[in-house]
Amino acid sequence: MRTGVIAKKMGMTRLFQDDGRHVPVTVLALENCQVVSTRTADRDGYVAVQLGAGTKKAKNTTKPERGHFGKAEVEPKAKVVEFRVSEDALLTAGETISADHFIAGQLVDITGHTVGKGFQGAMKRWNFGGLRATHGVSVSHRSHGSTGQRQDPGKVFKGKKMAGHMGDRQRTQQNLEVVSTDVERGLIFVKGSVPGHKGSWLTVKDAVKGPRPDAAPYPASLKSNNVSAPAVADAAPAAEAQTEEA
Amino acid sequence: MNLIQQIEAEQIAKFLEAKKIPTFRAGDTLRVGVKVVEGERSRVQNYEGVCIARSNKAMGSNFTVRKISFGEGVERVFPLYSPNIESIEVVRRGVVRRAKLYYLRGRSGKSARIAELRDPKREA
Repeated sequence: MRTGVIAKKMGMTRLFQDDGRHVPVTVLALENCQVVSTRTADRDGYVAVQLGAGTKKAKNTTKPERGHFGKAEVEPKAKVVEFRVSEDALLTAGETISADHFIAGQLVDITGHTVGKGFQGAMKRWNFGGLRATHGVSVSHRSHGSTGQRQDPGKVFKGKKMAGHMGDRQRTQQNLEVVSTDVERGLIFVKGSVPGHKGSWLTVKDAVKGPRPDAAPYPASLKSNNVSAPAVADAAPAAEAQTEEA
Repeated sequence: MNLIQQIEAEQIAKFLEAKKIPTFRAGDTLRVGVKVVEGERSRVQNYEGVCIARSNKAMGSNFTVRKISFGEGVERVFPLYSPNIESIEVVRRGVVRRAKLYYLRGRSGKSARIAELRDPKREA
């Protein structure tokens, strides 16, 4: 299991394939996605890498955080996330992950917070039908109606669908296809929509359903080891060709 | 320009290198060459009619062409930057005072005509 990345949602656009098909894509940007710290089995009891992305002003960073980032010699990060990895996929602190970490055609899972809708009624939140427009219904046309039975059970069951806060919950969109990547600008183009607003942080991981493609760089595609980068670049087009045939 | 606009501008620049899009607007009669794939081979099919709407929104730009086919009104919406569009040719320029000519849908025959633009100065 290799690490995922932290990406920022930039917005959506469309791409045209050469055969005329159009693909709606979401553009995700990697903004200085660096390894801040690592977790090892000896010290912490589990293996993970802690990534950070974005930038934060030093004056807005607490002293303990500054020390933590200083240890890895990275700029203060706006967003920090841990990714569980297998032992051979552990990275060293300070490394920067590049966008070709994912290859075109592979499937990824994207986690983020959905757009918040505030306090919403039962009709919008749970698709209730509401009450009738006429036949004596007074004032309560959009209400949820009955919430239970009679003296027995004499209570509203837990989990009853009612009005309340809607959206802004963590959600994962599974099996989204990576259409292409732009290493220079650090962009990942993903087919379809992803949770959240523009400018919100997302975590992108290899899809849990289905195997990781062989051409995907293991343990990660790093900006520091440019020596191995050409080998990865050669492998990626081959994989693209395969997916196009399929 | 934000990142999305930048990406779209690049794509449009790439598209315009290979193909030309004439200046046209609603009211013009267009002949659109559409790539049609039939099994293995592909050919270009012409679709001619009046442009009744044009929407400019970068890569999402599109235009609607209406024609009367066998007595039945047919409308087709084409993405402006689609590689499936082989060519766009302006057959005739029209005089209209609206950007969207949806009122043509309710009309037929004489009342659905559009006067031809004669003034060459206004053509640009």
